[in-house]
Amino acid sequence: MEKNKNTNGVVSGIIANLVMVQVDGPVSQNEICYINLAGVDLMAEVIKVLGDVAYVQVFESTRGLKVGDTVAFAGHMLEVTLGPGILSKNYDGLQHDLDKMEGTFLRRGEYTEAIDTSKKWDYKPLAKVGEKVIAGSWLGEVKENWINHKIMVPFKLTDSYKVKWLAEEGNYAASEVMAVLEDEDGKEVPVTMVQKFPVKIAIKAYKEKPRPFRLMETGIRIIDTLNPIVEGGTGFIPGPFGSGKTVLQHALSKQADADLIIVAACGERANEVVEIFYEFPHLDDPRTGRKLMERTTIIANTSNMPVAAREASVYTAMTIGEYYRSMGLKVLLLADSTSRWAQALREMSNRMEELPGPDAFPMDLPAIISNFYARAGYVKLNNGATGSITFIGTVSPAGGNLKEPVTESTKKVARCFYALSQQRADSKRYPAVDPIDSYSKYLEYDEVREYLSSHVSEEWIDKVEETRNLLLKGKEANEQINILGDDGVPVDYHLRYWRSEVIDFVILQQDAFDKTDSSTPMERQQYMLNLVLGVCNTPLEFDSFEEVNPFFKRVINTLKQMNYSDYMSDQFSQFENELSTILTERKSA
Amino acid sequence: METTAFKKIYTKITQITKATCTLQASGIGYDEMAEVNGRLAQVVKINGNNVTLQIFSGTEGIPTNAEVTFLGRPPVLKVSEDLAGRFFNAYGQPIDGGPEVEGEEREIGGPSVNPVRRLQPSELIPTGIAGIDLNNTLVTGQKIPFFADPDQPFNQVMAMVALRAKADKIILGGMGLTNDDYLYYKNVFDNAGALDRIISFVNTTENPPVERLLVPDMALTAAEYFAYDKKETVLVLLTDMTLYADALSIVSNRMDQIPSKDSMPGSLYSDLAKIYEKAVQFPEGGSITIIAVTTLSSGDITHAIPDNTGYITEGQLFLRRDTDIGKVIIDPFRSLSRLKQLVIGKQTRADHPQVMNAAVRLYADAANAKTKLENGFDLTAYDERTMRFAREYSKELLAIDVNIDTTQMLDTAWGLFGRHFSKAEVGIKQEFVDLYWTEKE
Ligand SMILES: Nc1ncnc2c1ncn2[C@@H]1O[C@H](COP(=O)(O)OP(=O)(O)O)[C@@H](O)[C@H]1O
Ligand SMILES: [Mg+2]
Repeated sequence: MEKNKNTNGVVSGIIANLVMVQVDGPVSQNEICYINLAGVDLMAEVIKVLGDVAYVQVFESTRGLKVGDTVAFAGHMLEVTLGPGILSKNYDGLQHDLDKMEGTFLRRGEYTEAIDTSKKWDYKPLAKVGEKVIAGSWLGEVKENWINHKIMVPFKLTDSYKVKWLAEEGNYAASEVMAVLEDEDGKEVPVTMVQKFPVKIAIKAYKEKPRPFRLMETGIRIIDTLNPIVEGGTGFIPGPFGSGKTVLQHALSKQADADLIIVAACGERANEVVEIFYEFPHLDDPRTGRKLMERTTIIANTSNMPVAAREASVYTAMTIGEYYRSMGLKVLLLADSTSRWAQALREMSNRMEELPGPDAFPMDLPAIISNFYARAGYVKLNNGATGSITFIGTVSPAGGNLKEPVTESTKKVARCFYALSQQRADSKRYPAVDPIDSYSKYLEYDEVREYLSSHVSEEWIDKVEETRNLLLKGKEANEQINILGDDGVPVDYHLRYWRSEVIDFVILQQDAFDKTDSSTPMERQQYMLNLVLGVCNTPLEFDSFEEVNPFFKRVINTLKQMNYSDYMSDQFSQFENELSTILTERKSA
Repeated sequence: METTAFKKIYTKITQITKATCTLQASGIGYDEMAEVNGRLAQVVKINGNNVTLQIFSGTEGIPTNAEVTFLGRPPVLKVSEDLAGRFFNAYGQPIDGGPEVEGEEREIGGPSVNPVRRLQPSELIPTGIAGIDLNNTLVTGQKIPFFADPDQPFNQVMAMVALRAKADKIILGGMGLTNDDYLYYKNVFDNAGALDRIISFVNTTENPPVERLLVPDMALTAAEYFAYDKKETVLVLLTDMTLYADALSIVSNRMDQIPSKDSMPGSLYSDLAKIYEKAVQFPEGGSITIIAVTTLSSGDITHAIPDNTGYITEGQLFLRRDTDIGKVIIDPFRSLSRLKQLVIGKQTRADHPQVMNAAVRLYADAANAKTKLENGFDLTAYDERTMRFAREYSKELLAIDVNIDTTQMLDTAWGLFGRHFSKAEVGIKQEFVDLYWTEKE
């Protein structure tokens, strides 16, 4: 967006947070402006221009705003500030630091700095004077918590440059000039540790985006074992309210094997963010031994915060993710819930009296969702290093019905589908991921299959498929039993059903609030799956169907006790022995 | 408090719809209040000099030369200790014959709490009702509605919960409350000697429906005063939020907005969230807990109103008549308290989470057995045991007339387990089984 002179305007109309502004010069789509309301500047974004009237969505309440109030246009789009000091911050949807705001209540127009530019960092140069560089090239690095935070050529610089001067190793403030670059015409460009970038534009400072292949461990069995997500993958979690979307996302944010986690709390409950504020500073990250909060950044635009900033919040989160990905890090981005963002678009589109699409959502909703998911991914940087953004969003379908625009649009682009089922949640079978409907497309990727064969075990994929088969067979057997009655089917049907119940109770169900059960490392998942498949493949003999249920209840109970025990502890082995004793009772000769 | 010496009077209305009127005026603030021939109204749209006002009590009989004055401020409530024990209408005017309340003028629908300034809710609210305390434990700072068909006794249950909750203040926001129910609340609180702790903002069925839209904000402005300024524990009762949402749809419909699902406005989620998110635990000690009622039409929770509510609130308490025992119970399947895990097993006995889940699972088995029976199949011995368990569980724990403490609830549940099941069928962590298992007597 190139404009020389900053345009001004005056308010000419107001409908809730949609404001019409009479402008005196050029404005751009998505340009930011500030509306002066009795001395307070309210941030807003241009969303439509008609002649000399700009329609802006205000990121604040417009209460008290009057026709004639003045507006100053900023000459740039909504931008985030990128630099060391983002980790562990709690931001609002527009990247204002919530901790720096005064008072208990949010005040309109209180815009705090995203990064403390006076803070000093231990800096080490990585580039050499004379080196050719382009946007995203690493010039140096500082230690941010435990991450090697790269100081890069700003992404806005589109030409190629030569490094003319580099600061020596030392302690510098983020605002100091760390390098001077020279473009082809000999023009000098100073570079500090901090840069800005518009959120609606993807950061493309990488060489290529190959297909992702490396498993991202989450410790959640129904994901890792049955529907694995990969580094740089995409997934979504649709489900009616109360089915466990947020609990599942919180579990991911605690346990997933990522370098950093960005949580976009988008239009959901404030207390759920508070839970992170309270718990994460005390929880350990098993990989680094540091506190979880050190790798976590929160973008909070909860449901009572300005609606227009909801949309911005997910883009803010994604842009911060792209920034860290460019440093060669693996980022996990979680958004709860993407439906709220779609609803914010709907509210605005209705206010602008646009022609509505299905369920009154804007017509271009599928394109917006697809463009957003496309920003995730595994990338090869120009210097050969790799980085990734894994993105998992929740979807809150109206009435729990998956035939609605947000779910359908997301299903077209996200590769993992973790469908939460009301029925499973009602019977407390958590996580309520439906084992039959859910899928991971990554299991079809040759790259992923190869990775699993060599990193988990050669037979792993076969075992996973066998497990899925057993689950399906169990479901079918159960349907038959329900139609024909317990004694209307052969005993074998009961066996089939109960084998799938063993898988359900021991592998699929996992207590997110139990210290031991909540997170299962891959090695243990493999051990338990082998054990469970062993049970399923043991030929058993029963005289009547009535004996099947009590027998399997004992099997399940013993296996569940193993899940609650420390891996390979005496208690664990004791239950395992108990299991084989139970099995021998019924083993056919 | 008004300092404006002279108020301009406008007398030329250019457009009148069922809910709004439009006139030419300048220097008017968005959301500002006005009076149109003495009826209260609020600015909902400004387009150049054209200002559109929503008239709360409707536009019936409004002439084009009606006198319009602007009040120069959004809707406000005067807050002070004197609010306690008083009854008001939706505009915050006394309806109990008492004097106007003097105090500081506060805008209603004010700003939200900065999320980093919230404390994580952690105080259990005991109600004695096992369907709540055992399965769906409430916590201060929580927001939770009863989902109930209109014929369920939700007002009684809510009043009971309110009185047992030991709040410093109970604020009743009544929307479309029948006069009988209004008097019921008044009576119950009076009999309990609690009237001095009660503040009511009431819109009854006799008042215009659109006025209801002010009730939650009035109630919550009073709540913030007591919880934040006075650091008190405040319980806000909002009944019936379905009628509140209906009023929203009336307005949006009259203003020709494009409806989304179930002819509700597209902003329903945000509108409801702004209310419910006022529930908070302040670090300084005060708290606002919101217990609401959302009436359903024949149990349909997929309707836009309960559906959006469920996505916002921290659970829901589902009332249902259990025909097997002839009592109203808190349905363990559809009910949920999302904050329970903050307190159960911590402020209650450690076996609480496991006992709760095991009981509900067995109750689900009973529901399956019942379906089997209804479909004409034979039941297994296990099926029959689950059904016997379910009846006793329903009567001794789920029914709303149960009033015992949580430890008794847990002991009752263990008693039921031992009476009907084997240890393996119950499937609880061994350490708790060792401690609490009671064999069949
Ligand atoms: N994995 C789990 N283990 C135990 N309880 C769970 C689990 N997932 C969800 N729950 C229960 O369900 C409730 C609702 O979950 P939540 O994630 O908030 O639902 P949603 O975000 O889909 O509305 C939680 O408060 C918790 O009681
Ligand atoms: Mg949620």
